[in-house]
Amino acid sequence: MAFARSRQALAIAGVLGLALGVTACGTGNDKKSSNASKPECAAYEKYQGHDGKKVTIYSSIRDIEADRLDQSWKQFEDCTGIDIDHEGSGEFEAQLGVRVDGGNAPDLAFIPQPGLLKRFVDSGKIKEVGADTKAMAEQNFTPDWLKYSTVNGKLYGVPLGSNVKSYVWYSPKTFKDKGWSVPTTWDELIALSDKIAASGTKPWCAGIESGDATGWPATDWIEDVLLRTQGVEVYDQWTTHGIPFNDPKVADAVDKAGTILKNEKYMNGGFGGVKSIATTSFQEAGTPITTGKCAMHRQASFYANQWPEGTKVAEDGDVFAFYFPAVDPSKGKPVLGAGEFVSAFADRPEVQAVQTYLASGEYVNSRAKIGDWLSANKKLDINNVPNPVDKLSVQILQDPKTEFRFDGSDLMPAAVGAGTFWKGMVDWINGKDTTTVLNGIEGSWK
Amino acid sequence: MTTATPTVGAGVQATGTPGRAARVRKRLNSRTATLVSIVIALLWTIPTFGLFISSFRPEDQIKTTGWWTFFSDPQFTLENYQEVLFSTGSSGQLASYFINSLAITIPSVLFPLAFASLAAYALAWINFKGRDWVYIAIFALQIVPLQMALVPLLKFFSTGVTVAGVQILPAWDLVDEQKFAQVWFAHTCFALPFAVFLLHNFISQLPGDLMEAARVDGATHPKIFRTIVLPLITPALAAFGIFQFLWVWNDLLVALIFAGGGDETAPLTVRLAELAGTRGNEWQRLTAGAFVSIVVPLIVFLSLQRFFVRGLLAGSVKG
Amino acid sequence: MEFDFAAEQPKFLMLMYGLIAFVGVVGGLLLLLDVVPAWFARRREERLVAAVASGTPLPRRRKPREGVIALFFLLPTLLFLLVGLVVPAIRTTLLSFMDKDSSSWVGLANYSWLFSEDSIVRVLINSLIWVLLVPLAATAFGLIYAVLVDKARFEAVAKSLIFLPMAISFVGAAIIWKFVYAYRGDGDQIGLLNQIVVSLGGEPKQWLLESPLNTFLLIVIMVWIQAGFAMVVLSAAIKAIPADIVEAARLDGVSPWQMFWQITMPSIRPALIVVVVTLSIATLKVFDIVRTATNGNYDTNVIATEMYNQAFRYQENGHGSALAVFLFVLVIPIVIYQIRNLRQQREG
Repeated sequence: MAFARSRQALAIAGVLGLALGVTACGTGNDKKSSNASKPECAAYEKYQGHDGKKVTIYSSIRDIEADRLDQSWKQFEDCTGIDIDHEGSGEFEAQLGVRVDGGNAPDLAFIPQPGLLKRFVDSGKIKEVGADTKAMAEQNFTPDWLKYSTVNGKLYGVPLGSNVKSYVWYSPKTFKDKGWSVPTTWDELIALSDKIAASGTKPWCAGIESGDATGWPATDWIEDVLLRTQGVEVYDQWTTHGIPFNDPKVADAVDKAGTILKNEKYMNGGFGGVKSIATTSFQEAGTPITTGKCAMHRQASFYANQWPEGTKVAEDGDVFAFYFPAVDPSKGKPVLGAGEFVSAFADRPEVQAVQTYLASGEYVNSRAKIGDWLSANKKLDINNVPNPVDKLSVQILQDPKTEFRFDGSDLMPAAVGAGTFWKGMVDWINGKDTTTVLNGIEGSWK
Repeated sequence: MTTATPTVGAGVQATGTPGRAARVRKRLNSRTATLVSIVIALLWTIPTFGLFISSFRPEDQIKTTGWWTFFSDPQFTLENYQEVLFSTGSSGQLASYFINSLAITIPSVLFPLAFASLAAYALAWINFKGRDWVYIAIFALQIVPLQMALVPLLKFFSTGVTVAGVQILPAWDLVDEQKFAQVWFAHTCFALPFAVFLLHNFISQLPGDLMEAARVDGATHPKIFRTIVLPLITPALAAFGIFQFLWVWNDLLVALIFAGGGDETAPLTVRLAELAGTRGNEWQRLTAGAFVSIVVPLIVFLSLQRFFVRGLLAGSVKG
Repeated sequence: MEFDFAAEQPKFLMLMYGLIAFVGVVGGLLLLLDVVPAWFARRREERLVAAVASGTPLPRRRKPREGVIALFFLLPTLLFLLVGLVVPAIRTTLLSFMDKDSSSWVGLANYSWLFSEDSIVRVLINSLIWVLLVPLAATAFGLIYAVLVDKARFEAVAKSLIFLPMAISFVGAAIIWKFVYAYRGDGDQIGLLNQIVVSLGGEPKQWLLESPLNTFLLIVIMVWIQAGFAMVVLSAAIKAIPADIVEAARLDGVSPWQMFWQITMPSIRPALIVVVVTLSIATLKVFDIVRTATNGNYDTNVIATEMYNQAFRYQENGHGSALAVFLFVLVIPIVIYQIRNLRQQREG
């Protein structure tokens, strides 16, 4: 607490100093002077020279994960003397707009939706990344990733964490006991589902309730299936509105997803019928796997955090995940995922230093070691990733055969991607037919 | 008079000279009324009670069985409370947020109270042109959704006021705990229309003769306001004070925007929302969190209740 | 980790500054109002004395400047309202005629969107149901309860229990009721409502999915919260009815039924109006309950929730603002009613 006190004093002094136009060095003997001379600080040499400056970060990351974030850049703070002040909010998407429009933007924001990022670029609020940052980003990320934060040829954000969404969670123990094997093609997946259903257990469980984001898990389903039935080109056209939202190819994919999601024989293990998907929270949707009431649950890598305490997540443990199989494996390995981008609303040198640091190999390895996190950063050493599912994800992301595509609902305009698409999926689960739902969503995309 | 209980639809004819039978019947009546009102009160409390019980149950129990199974299979834990009250991390301790809540709430109640009672007095008892229209305009402002006021108000704080390129008011440039001032300001703005409406209702019904007499004695408006009106409307002030207190204490949105989410300024509600975790996976903590945040408003209500009920009474007497 | 009070000191200091500012502003204002007129009065007296002494004609006695004094009383309120509500209201109205990022004028496009989109029409209908039902149900319940509990035993306890939900935030209340309506297909029910249905031999239902029933179930939450407010205000009004009036009526031999309609109701009319008007406006703005319970899915959306989503989550400022302006319009009947009341009051 004494530390917090001095940090506070420092912050006040820092801001007053800036306001008065004097250099922060003038604010006297800061207790938290940089330890630049220490040996472990050698790696941070290029970020030095901003002693006593403060950089604010705004994100949607809270509680334990926020603590880990603070821990991950602790050494950077100590060595450079830059004070990183992170604030997480559950209302991030809505509040960021209010803060930016209200003239009170954070220095950096971790934006999980390229669509939202583009909106702030269009209104001229996000600063183009500096030359150093750009070099670092181009060195560490594939162009596939950078294109999501590139607008009109200029880079406006660097990727940070990522996740892989094309996973089906299952219980290796149950599979072994019952003699089921992990499917590698779509047909095998359906065959297995039928087999499990015939044995009296509902093979699948799902839940799309997620507070004011209700519906998103179902949009992931559709995107994953579309990637598998039509391939990445059609997917790209669809997310950029090159083809209409209700294109027959899309409708076809939705119906194919429906053969699982809206199949009363398959759904919804542990919770009831198909309609219970709408009211089951995504956090608890997979838990019946641990009690044997459900066999499979399609959800992203971060679902590893949702299992009840004491559940062992490993290939030979209580639960694990397999890659959501492709329809035709010979056509490549489409992977759906998401991540967040670090964008700057200020171009002060210390802000750029932090932005560059977050794109560096030092940072991603420092963060990955703490656990439950991964990145598409090429410098990430897989040995620094403790969690087996995250390891698998890193393997998938670094596999050259992988065709990675960003979560489509994050690419679309928010009114569609976080609005009518989510709501449409809720209606669809709740009994509305595919055509009506897709027409409705298409009608809202202007 | 103490036994007068006008029960609706009881259909009991009270006679001019209440005999013994009538008195007995009346007592029975009041007993039924007591019973019915207690039953309703208990029914009303069941949902809250269910949450209360849940807050003492282990996480997996909350998620799989109903809270009433607690009575047949009691599994008691204080873990939820422990996590809420004592979990520390970068976000600091709950006590910090508690103090923030107090520091935000107290001035946010006092300012609108004072300003609104002054305004309500002027609108009710000072004769000036257009006062009814001013009153109606303030009343109508109640409908402006505060969400729509967030951006302009934030702009007012962070960039000041500029008209035609000339800076009229500077930006506030507040840091850390100084940001409380922004929250006080915002809450005061949003509370005023309702406060003026409520207080005007009571002040305007004070007996006119009283004011007249004071005026004749040569009392000025400030004097009348201080010595006659204020003591008479204390109940109404207490009433509004409670509502405003509850509103500010439970507010999340205004605090998030104007105070930020750090432990230097954010109130309890911000911390409790945060406790559910980034992906909402720790929502069992909310059960305990809800009760921690209810405690203070409840104490305030219970301690002011007597005063509050007695007070409203003076206001609605009309000669 | 020990709790460090020293770290909290700046907060208390800030709170103290706030309180000092409060005393300064309010006290200063009253003092000013006391001193200035007195000073003017003295000046006039001096001038009168001087005029009499010099034999010049007496200066005309000016009318007391009521308007100026009123202005001082109103000044803080008006300033705060101007910054905090009037400017935003004007801005919102302007934005409602502009496109989604407020960069160009689009005329009435946002309003035609309002009435052409099926889902939005549904929103408007739902809001209407809310604003008709909530004030009615909450006031009726509050009134009946206030009458019932009046002078009953344990009155304070019973009233506190009814008032309890007021102390819970809207978000908290919505969470509590989501628990009540919860549904489980297999195994034990965790929601009270379904448990009751099951124990009566029925089939459990997904309450929040069933339109239009779900809107009414959400309205129950709002009534549950607001009935306490109605009850407390109305109960106070009932207690304020002068004892002699009640006694006189009793001596006249009126029945409790007549007593209620002829004595109680007219006496508490002003309080009743306050309650209904307040609840109507609060209901029009209802936001957290719907957002937390269903986020407007399954045909339960209301104006304020949709406004927030459009303006802040979908970045459709134009649409959001148009919805807000529609709220302004909806309050007009209440304003007109209030004007009529005021007229009556002034005349009566």
